[in-house]
Amino acid sequence: MATGEEVKVLGYWSSPYALRVKWALKLKAVEFDYMEEDLTNKSALLLQLNPVHKKIPVLLHNGKPVAESLVIMEYVDETWKQNPLLPQHPHQRAIARFWAKFVDEKEGEEQEKAAKEAREHLKTLESGLEEGKPFFGGESIGFVDIAAAWIGVWGEITGEIVGIKLVDEEAMPLLTACFQAVLQTPLLKECLPPRAELLEHSKRFRQKLMAAAAAST
Amino acid sequence: MAEELILLNIWASPFGMRVRIALAEKGVDGYETREENLQNMSPLLLQMNPVHKKIPVLIHNGRPVCESLIIVQYIDEVWKRGSPLLPSDPYRRAHARFWADYVDKKLYSLGKLIWLTTGEAAAKEELIGCFKLLEGELGDKTYFGGDSFGFVDVSLISFYRWFNVFEHFGNFSMVVECPKLVAWAHRCAERESVSKCLPNEQEFFDFVVELRKKAMTK
Repeated sequence: MATGEEVKVLGYWSSPYALRVKWALKLKAVEFDYMEEDLTNKSALLLQLNPVHKKIPVLLHNGKPVAESLVIMEYVDETWKQNPLLPQHPHQRAIARFWAKFVDEKEGEEQEKAAKEAREHLKTLESGLEEGKPFFGGESIGFVDIAAAWIGVWGEITGEIVGIKLVDEEAMPLLTACFQAVLQTPLLKECLPPRAELLEHSKRFRQKLMAAAAAST
Repeated sequence: MAEELILLNIWASPFGMRVRIALAEKGVDGYETREENLQNMSPLLLQMNPVHKKIPVLIHNGRPVCESLIIVQYIDEVWKRGSPLLPSDPYRRAHARFWADYVDKKLYSLGKLIWLTTGEAAAKEELIGCFKLLEGELGDKTYFGGDSFGFVDVSLISFYRWFNVFEHFGNFSMVVECPKLVAWAHRCAERESVSKCLPNEQEFFDFVVELRKKAMTK
């Protein structure tokens, strides 16, 4: 790490939002310390750094906290100028922000319950890709790719559990190829949580959701 | 090249208001506003925002920008005159984005629980809590942006006409619960960019009462 520069990430192993932050920093070759939070017993540090939402991820840069994964991604992009994540042109930037927000609104982890709906939203997301350009960022991985490619893993796992193919190569060929290309990038692949553990975690999470839903009817 | 700027909007929308305030702050007034009807959307709206089919949409030289806060950032990046809406320092920018995001996530949906239902105490407490948190963030500053009117101010002042809707249906007083925030709102409302974009108070209130009646009879 460059002298005087302190970068920490508070995250959770199965959180795609924390993954976005790790990916953004890795693509910029920014060294960071990762701190795993216990979400059932949140640390005093987390509560101090993100008192408003009390959630991970939080980026701590030289003692200053930044919260909300997309806000963190923009901060990372503006602070470390190498390998820009957002395009230069204002209209293209607006489009990138639009799709990243779309992913947040439509493909949150809670959507595990509504897999069919999630699948439809993925078809919409496909329309943000251009034939001949491997990534949302064009020739190289950009903002939306980092914001969305986690779906390639989490979507596959949800699909396995509920029996619906979320990331469907036939229905969304460009999206499937884009996600694969991002996920196979060694620098990014090494950040992924172990698949077997993630599958188990997702099954337990779904069971809790179903139990909660049943209890409230 | 002649600049073509069209705003697809609805007069009562707080989200559309953000765009209009941002354009006014930049001294941009040579644009066309087209009033949309969500029960009968124009082909242009459906073409320019096929994903969400919502307003506001800013169409600049034929290219659409959607989502109000994304449009405000676009405006800030394209028209450099006047004071920037977002600060130049990345940390302060992140701070501004965080709080604008907070307003987006909390205010509208909490507010709906107040005016679309009949006095849910928990929702009211949460909404007041939300305003108090914002008031804490404002502190003693003139604006959320500090000395200059900025991104968070635009994102929140657009809800100004909703304040007395919340007060009325939630049965509380904003000036009692968060006097500093109310003072801030009055300061913002005195700015020309805001005052000319505010819908008429009575017209707006009547509009919401109508909406509420329709929603509650469904």
